[in-house]
Amino acid sequence: MRDEKDYDDIPGTFVFDADRSREGYHLNQFCISLRTQKARDAMKADPEDYMSRFPMTEDQKQAIRDRAWNRLLELGGNIYYTSKLAAFDGITFQDLAAMMTGVSRDEYRDMMLHGGRPIEGNRSKSEWEKK
Amino acid sequence: MARITAGVGCSHVPAIGVAMDTGITEQPYWKPLFDGFTKSREWMKENKPDVIFLVYNDHCTAFDASCIPTFALGCAAEFTPADEGWGPRPVPVVKGHQKLASHIAQSVILDEFDLTIMNEMEVDHGLTVPMSVMFGEHGVDDEWPCLVVPLAVNVVQYPAPTGRRCYNLGKAIRRAIDSYPEDLNVMIFGTGGMSHQLQAERAGLINPEWDKRFLDYMATDPEAAANITHLEYLRETGSEGIEMVMWLVMRGALDEKVTEVHRHYHVPASNTAVGHIILENHA
Ligand SMILES: [Fe+2]
Repeated sequence: MRDEKDYDDIPGTFVFDADRSREGYHLNQFCISLRTQKARDAMKADPEDYMSRFPMTEDQKQAIRDRAWNRLLELGGNIYYTSKLAAFDGITFQDLAAMMTGVSRDEYRDMMLHGGRPIEGNRSKSEWEKK
Repeated sequence: MARITAGVGCSHVPAIGVAMDTGITEQPYWKPLFDGFTKSREWMKENKPDVIFLVYNDHCTAFDASCIPTFALGCAAEFTPADEGWGPRPVPVVKGHQKLASHIAQSVILDEFDLTIMNEMEVDHGLTVPMSVMFGEHGVDDEWPCLVVPLAVNVVQYPAPTGRRCYNLGKAIRRAIDSYPEDLNVMIFGTGGMSHQLQAERAGLINPEWDKRFLDYMATDPEAAANITHLEYLRETGSEGIEMVMWLVMRGALDEKVTEVHRHYHVPASNTAVGHIILENHA
């Protein structure tokens, strides 16, 4: 369980704090292990066997199988770790961002070319609830 | 005596490295970004640093989740570019200045900043991308034009050190370098930022007004920048915008009054607002 934090009010954001780091430890260690070619080969050959080397929760393993990118963050993953799993799949950082925001890669790329997501209306959860 | 002649603030987006490594910097998407560094590269040639003290963060590459030092000083003879999941960047090995690094470690720790000492460390795009944009293309078999003392700051697991703490650490680094007997032209780089969020539904957030004010603060009001809270960084600049605390280490190591010689701001590079500033100390 987490205590309430002053940044909980920021919408669409998982602040990777010590609580999330504790919950996501083995998930994140799994992701970073994919940094080596040997690990990537093992993961490719038998994903279930490779995942079983890390004592993750069943929820975390399922989120990996589903490539449920936001769920991975909710379960304690950090983006710099989960992006290693994305890189394993051949997904770039920008396409991963598109997936997490629920728009197509072209739509996301276009938003960035036009200055990105504006700060107005995106500061607090109450602003998102009104939408 | 060694002296810090200038400070450089610079974003370190991985896609910028990819654009340089694959030779697509002249494409319309990238050209305006790289045009802003033409002057910087000339300035680097004219001002030839012997050593760059480079403040950056590791993006879960050299450090995994098992060990998260807040400030880690690279004291090794060399630092190899890391494989971040798609092979290491084709850039030269980074050479350290070991004697200067040990001097800084000793001075700064006695000055009450408890650094972690890294005698072996790989470096990721956080360090190599600023080297590439400031020095231009260098292949694996080339050498970087100067030595580097890296300082890796934790900005991944919350909380990062406060802006104020970083600013004060910069002052301690200044005292350390000022007391080093060898004649050295040292520059300090603060890297990362500017506004960007890479994760979850709010990914893609950019806040140009805020970023530009931060650049103004770097030039003329570092105290105001040092007062920015973590909550403000997270809310106003995106969850990854908090990297900007690393610019404050750079700013703390400079004179109170500096001369701004160059500034560049561009959106986007992938998911990120790119900011860049060059500040000179008065001789
Ligand atoms: Fe970074």
